[in-house]
Amino acid sequence: MLARVLLALSLVPALALALCQPDGQDAYKVRLSIKTALGANAYEWNESEQFLFRATLAFAMRKYTGQETFNVSSVIVCNETPRVSFWFVVTNPNDTTTLIPKNGVEEAIRLSRNRINSAFLLSDKTLQFVGIPPTLAPPSQPSLPVWLIVFGVVMGIVTAGILALIISGFIQRKKKEKTIEDEEEKQERIMENGISFETLEGKDGVNNGAYSHDEDRLTQL
Amino acid sequence: MKFKLPNPGLDDRIPSHERLEILEKEETDGRPKWDNKTQYMLTCVGFCVGLGNVWRFPYLCQKYGGGAFMIPFLILLVLEGIPLLHLEFAIGQRLRKGSLGVWTAIHPYLGGVGISAMCVSFLVSLYYNTIIAWVMWYFFNSFQDPLPWSQCPLNDNRTEMHQSWTRVAESYVEECDKSSPVDYFWYRTTLNSSTNIDDSGSIQWWLLLCLLCAWTVLYVCCIRGIETTGKAVYVTSTLPFVVLTIFLIRGLTLKGSVDGIIFLFTPNAKLSNPETWLNAGAQVLYSFSLAFGGLISFSSYNSVHNNCEQDAVTISLINGFTSVYAATVIYSIIGFRATERFDDCNDRNILSLTNTFNLPERNITADNYDEFLHKLNLTYPEVIKDLNLETCNLNALLSEGVEGTGLAFIVFTEAITKMPVSPLWAILFFIMLFCLGLSSMFGNIEGVLVPLQDLNVFPKSWPKEALTGITCLGSFLIALIFIQGSGNYWLALFDEFAGSIPLLIIAFCEMVGVVYIYGIDRTYLKQQKGAATGYGCDGKILAGDLKHSRKKAMPMYSGGWKGVMLGCQNRCRDLLRCRGLVDETQRMEGAHLKTPEMYPTELNPDCCLADKLERPHCG
Repeated sequence: MLARVLLALSLVPALALALCQPDGQDAYKVRLSIKTALGANAYEWNESEQFLFRATLAFAMRKYTGQETFNVSSVIVCNETPRVSFWFVVTNPNDTTTLIPKNGVEEAIRLSRNRINSAFLLSDKTLQFVGIPPTLAPPSQPSLPVWLIVFGVVMGIVTAGILALIISGFIQRKKKEKTIEDEEEKQERIMENGISFETLEGKDGVNNGAYSHDEDRLTQL
Repeated sequence: MKFKLPNPGLDDRIPSHERLEILEKEETDGRPKWDNKTQYMLTCVGFCVGLGNVWRFPYLCQKYGGGAFMIPFLILLVLEGIPLLHLEFAIGQRLRKGSLGVWTAIHPYLGGVGISAMCVSFLVSLYYNTIIAWVMWYFFNSFQDPLPWSQCPLNDNRTEMHQSWTRVAESYVEECDKSSPVDYFWYRTTLNSSTNIDDSGSIQWWLLLCLLCAWTVLYVCCIRGIETTGKAVYVTSTLPFVVLTIFLIRGLTLKGSVDGIIFLFTPNAKLSNPETWLNAGAQVLYSFSLAFGGLISFSSYNSVHNNCEQDAVTISLINGFTSVYAATVIYSIIGFRATERFDDCNDRNILSLTNTFNLPERNITADNYDEFLHKLNLTYPEVIKDLNLETCNLNALLSEGVEGTGLAFIVFTEAITKMPVSPLWAILFFIMLFCLGLSSMFGNIEGVLVPLQDLNVFPKSWPKEALTGITCLGSFLIALIFIQGSGNYWLALFDEFAGSIPLLIIAFCEMVGVVYIYGIDRTYLKQQKGAATGYGCDGKILAGDLKHSRKKAMPMYSGGWKGVMLGCQNRCRDLLRCRGLVDETQRMEGAHLKTPEMYPTELNPDCCLADKLERPHCG
């Protein structure tokens, strides 16, 4: 009896290993880059971390399927490397010899990707599920593109400037015309016998030589 | 006596020195004037320093061997740049007219030079403002984080609602995936470039808005000619230098920037290579914005006694300095970008090896990469071959010499995305390019507007605002060809043919016209002495100093016998008046000197040397 139990027990891990095959039909490869992500705060990858991984994956399966029968033992891991990469498969809790198909596992992981990442303080890039590309957040599209707003502001300022300059130029020209008119009016008044003021040599009048006395012509007394 | 082609009637067409003196004192010209010397200098510096200093000179410098290129460049700056610049300043200042007026004044047949300068200015301003429109588009798009050219946009079939979460297909737009985000943003998002020039495509509405913005900004700055331009240049000419300094300081703190600068200045070409000299000469000519007519125009608003020779030297030196300074800044940033790409390339290779052979992280570093690769190649040559590892060469990345729009909109924008606080640097960079381009546009527009006014294309009664407005509107409408799908091909066409050979020919004609038709003696000496001709009762004119002043007086009047005689008569009159020998009752203009017989012998007015030939009794 005891021998049979022992045999059965020894077969389980062997069976488990047989289920988990690298490049298996329902197996996924996981790659962790802890040092890249955390640098000096990187933790050591050991059995406990591995345990956490299997537990997190079981949680993801529970959440996706709604069945609370998934356990840490449902997730089998093999081929661990110093890279920190390994293969895993998920067995059906009802029948431990069959595996959950690839699609199911993928959907489950996608659904809880964020939770899985956070458990290990990693991101989509540093906790890689080979064959499951990360889901991308849709970029936030504002109602009006940013560049149109800046364009509107610049055009507004420039148009205001143009209007200000044109109007001020217009006003200046009107003023200049008015002052020219005023000056012409003033000039017209200063005329003497139809001759403009400026041609005459000053307000004091001109010495008319015809009337000047030429002493030499007259005889002296 | 230097060779000079006969040019009768020259003195009738140009303002004489007396006229210049009167204009100087009474300012009855009606021409606009610079508010102060600073405005004039800033405008000329702004016109000369343009986009070419930033994206053509660094490329040439790097291509022809850095430090070795500087020597031909500086030599030709002094031999080619300064004289031509001096020529344009001198001619504008002396003849007090815009480009067209100046050439018709020298000789009526030379008017064509002015008209061709106007045409070149017009064609260049069309495509130059389109480049400014592109710069504005990038500027408007710089106000967001992350910058739109830092990542590929997602595909259209993004959303498939699955219960509470959104599945996004991570297929980036295929084009972007195959090239790079910056390439995609430039060629697809901005230009939406078609495949060739025959395929016109449609007008890109976003570029239309930017082009409209560019022309209205230009209009507001040029609306009243140099009155408004002179104010605008305080910002547009000084801001680029501020930004370049900021970028230099930032650049020097980045990794790999010093490698870039060292690479730029390491001489690696022979000086005997004629191509180096040709390119240096071409760069000097085009960099100085000669033969556009704008410089002549700006110079004509100066005061008559302005020292244009000093201005020419100053502006040439500033232009040369700016070219070298900009090249240093650009290459510090390019060095940073090349180093980043080199590091990325290395990282990708290391990751490839680490993942394939499942080695622990950080085992392979950049230092022991070669060693590891060699070891692994010996044991697994097939696997290594399948990996298709890239070869990372820093020098190759540095010598990816790019010029023109490629440098500004692809290489530099990519470098900016790798810097922290990218939007700030993007905004600064594009504001700098905008100011550089706009200040050059002021000169181009001046070169178009002033000849149009001289040709009396518009009625004189129309205000200046309307003239500028119509020119800007017309240019905007014609420039619509540059914003359709094939626009950048058209722009390359215009740049290749309008902005190169014509300038060379016009510059050559300018030289020939001024040296042989106007007379180099006249130009040289008159500019040396300014417009002073020594009227008035100077103490030196008295007999004792006559010999000294005679020597000074003589060379000034080398422009034809008529000028000599007129000058001599004036000078003699002054001399004689001082001596009380002119009839005091006839004080008004046109007084006749006493007949030669009446000249007192002790005066010996050699100033009337020319008279002697006609009237031997003189002296």
